[in-house]
Amino acid sequence: MSHYLFILIGAVLVNNVVLVRILGLCPFMGVSKKLETAYGMGAATTFVLTLGTGASWIIDRYLLVPFDLVYLRIIAFIVTIAAFVQLTEMVIQKTSPVLHQTLGIYLPLITTNCAVLGVPLLALGAKYDFVESLLFGAGSSIGFSLALILFAGIRERIEGADVPTYFKGTAIALVTGGLMSLAFMGFAGLDKY
Amino acid sequence: MMLAALAVMALGAVILGAALGYASIKFKVEGDPLVEKIESLLPQTQCGQCGYPGCRPYAEAISKGEAEINLCPPGGAEGVRKLADLLGREAKPLEAEEKPKQVAVIDENTCIGCTLCIQACPVDAIVGAAKQLHTVVGPLCTGCELCLPPCPVECIAMATIPETVDNWKWKYPVVEVRKAA
Amino acid sequence: MLQLFKFKGGVKPATNKTQSVTLPIAVAPLPSRLAVPLHQSIGGTPRPIVQPGDKVLKGQKIGEADGWISSAVHAPTSGTVIEVGLYPAAHPSGLTAPSVVIEPDGEDRWIERQPVDYKSLEPETVRELLREAGVVGLGGAVFPSHAKTQASKSVPMEELVINGAECEPYITCDDLLMRERAEEVVRGAGIFRDLLKPKRVLIGIEDNKPEAITAMTAAVKALGSEFAEFQVVPVPTRYPAGGAKQLIRVLTGKEVPSSKRSTDMGVQCFNVATAYTAWRAVAHGEPVISRLVTLTGNVGEPRNWEVLIGTPMGELLHIAGPKADTDGIIMGGPMMGFLVPDPKAPVVKATNCLIAHSPALFPPKPPEMPCIRCGSCAQACPHELQPFEMYWFSRAKNFGKTQEYALFDCIECGCCAFVCPSRIPLVQYFRFAKSEIWSREREKKAADSAKSRFEFKQLREERDKAEKAEKLAKAAAAQAAKAAAAAAGAANAPAEAVTVPADDAEAAKKAAIAAALERARAQRAQAEPRNTEQLTPEQQAQIDEIEARRAQAGATAAVEPPETGKNS
Repeated sequence: MSHYLFILIGAVLVNNVVLVRILGLCPFMGVSKKLETAYGMGAATTFVLTLGTGASWIIDRYLLVPFDLVYLRIIAFIVTIAAFVQLTEMVIQKTSPVLHQTLGIYLPLITTNCAVLGVPLLALGAKYDFVESLLFGAGSSIGFSLALILFAGIRERIEGADVPTYFKGTAIALVTGGLMSLAFMGFAGLDKY
Repeated sequence: MMLAALAVMALGAVILGAALGYASIKFKVEGDPLVEKIESLLPQTQCGQCGYPGCRPYAEAISKGEAEINLCPPGGAEGVRKLADLLGREAKPLEAEEKPKQVAVIDENTCIGCTLCIQACPVDAIVGAAKQLHTVVGPLCTGCELCLPPCPVECIAMATIPETVDNWKWKYPVVEVRKAA
Repeated sequence: MLQLFKFKGGVKPATNKTQSVTLPIAVAPLPSRLAVPLHQSIGGTPRPIVQPGDKVLKGQKIGEADGWISSAVHAPTSGTVIEVGLYPAAHPSGLTAPSVVIEPDGEDRWIERQPVDYKSLEPETVRELLREAGVVGLGGAVFPSHAKTQASKSVPMEELVINGAECEPYITCDDLLMRERAEEVVRGAGIFRDLLKPKRVLIGIEDNKPEAITAMTAAVKALGSEFAEFQVVPVPTRYPAGGAKQLIRVLTGKEVPSSKRSTDMGVQCFNVATAYTAWRAVAHGEPVISRLVTLTGNVGEPRNWEVLIGTPMGELLHIAGPKADTDGIIMGGPMMGFLVPDPKAPVVKATNCLIAHSPALFPPKPPEMPCIRCGSCAQACPHELQPFEMYWFSRAKNFGKTQEYALFDCIECGCCAFVCPSRIPLVQYFRFAKSEIWSREREKKAADSAKSRFEFKQLREERDKAEKAEKLAKAAAAQAAKAAAAAAGAANAPAEAVTVPADDAEAAKKAAIAAALERARAQRAQAEPRNTEQLTPEQQAQIDEIEARRAQAGATAAVEPPETGKNS
């Protein structure tokens, strides 16, 4: 059982998609201006990523491999993910129109978020079974949300800080992101125990 | 081989399409709750300076993405910033010039009591009757200037609201910060 | 001995109180002119009830309280009203406020005073009396006192706290009041006691005022069994022990939560000076027209004076002999007071102290440095707030966040700014944020009311339109019916009319319209000028003459221009 835990913790902290694998930077920089938006985006991505990883595994195992169509992986996964994104968009528009408006273009762009495609592919590469894939997807998306929310919290404070003029805006955000990335590298020390 | 690939993709497309079609019926959005939120940020002067007949039509236009968020002069730069925050759009400088808050004042010596301004006032802030002197109820006036054009004798002027002890605001502390060496 | 509690935080600034306690209270001379602001309490602005030229007597009401949370204002001396209008206010903005300006006649003649035995009156009558006498919280908040004498319905009153802590540096007016007029203070507290009916009355006095403690204890003892539940309690000297919530905490151990009033916890708090004025108002019929003011700071003779409300501050400070380098007046203490922009501003009910400001006494603050988040301010805050967080968001103008950090629980005591190693004027940031939030709320309220009025107007217009349309339709139908009946009568063919009523009605309507058109045409024809035909020969001659002249003028006009061109 413990290896499930390792997969989860590994995906959340040690191999954090955003800060260690450097995937999915587009929403990480784009929707981290406000904490509330970050929560919404984190939740939406978690939903899409977890289900997308599971669905991709099923499609790969029962459709692509038997028919020897592995070369269609990327296109098949993208189509599946796009469907999930559409579904999420509808649900969000229904439940929280303001969040829908604030996420704006980033919501449909989850489709092209490299983390969302990268995680299923990484899961296949690691030869995970279905449960492990799901856990890996969930862990990665929790890691993504964690990084996004932490970053949004910091950025809200930066808003009030005396940032030198030339560093204002995206520049200081990138520097902050880099520092956070360095900090997360420290979790690599976890696998010694 | 080719056929298998086509069949698999087509099958996937049909299943996903059906699921999405069902979802779009199930999660159909009725009305637009966003309009309410936008409208609550607008100053409700109903002045039409944005080019829309009132604050609600402007809010509707914004929510549809037809209008920019910087068309409301009474809201000022502050209003633009709030809209930008709500909608996650970039705050833009105001289209028109920002004016201090004003109220309309009727020159009682010139007024002929034609009631045209009363009809023009969107918030019923002018009182009077035909051939009677009209006057503006100051606290209710939004400063929309809609009563200026209809007046045949041009007896309405806009007056800036004076600062009093009640509406005076503490200023942002301007303290010299020690310069870095 | 009562067990005391501690409030968190607080600071110990140099008290600077000894300078002004050596001399007894003296009565300030009558100033040349008195300007009494109408708005001297929290709540509604009183309406002026005098006009320029009116003669007023000392203690005569000049401003009628407006609403329940409001308090009347009175003429401080006898004389003539010379102006009712805007006058510089005792306010940090230096703006003007509605005031009544009185020129004293020097006679200082009282109106007829009516002392009452309040114990024989209904509590409601006593409250009304306090409101009419202008009794407000003289500690500085100037909240109308009558509105504070109502116990919570659900919570029984346990303690009444009488605040004689006077924690702010320099100020000694309450100290002197308790030393010299202890009995009246205790009797005044007795009025509040009888209105609120608490189990005990605690008079809290900071332990750096031993004379006041002795005097008050003696007064309570001398008044005997009627004041048996009164207890004078020395409290440790620590700023701001005189804050209402802090003193309640120290004396009773109760903490008043941010959203509640102290009466919800069974406690109420009054200042000693308020108790004194309440007694004067009830037992002597004297409204609040004067108060004790400490004149201190950069002056030759620091002392407490009994000053008429409305005395110009500059003139008042003069009697204390300000030194040559005095460059301003601080109203209130050095922690919470403000520099008065205009020395013409009058003493008001909130003016407990005037400090002559000099650069030597109050050196200018060194420049502000960045916040290093040391947390000293959070440790010093007596309300257990986090000033560094509030500062961060006030500075960034993120007002929503400042409210999340409970900005409105800040009492602006200045402890945070006092301890800040970066010398950040934190209170100024908080005041800025508060007034911004208030102004936004005002705007929001105005927008909401404008919206509802706009919607109502639209509704009304729709309704009017609908009603008009209905009326028109009704009128048309009635006319059509009449026409139809007439037509039917004329044709002598009722059967036909019955069988084809629709057609007939249509025809009748058409007929009516045609008739109306005909009428209109006739009217137009009548209105047309009819003087071009059937002219008398003389008229014709006149017209010809005019025509001829016109033609001539046209010809000359056509010739003239080149000539004028040459001339010029």
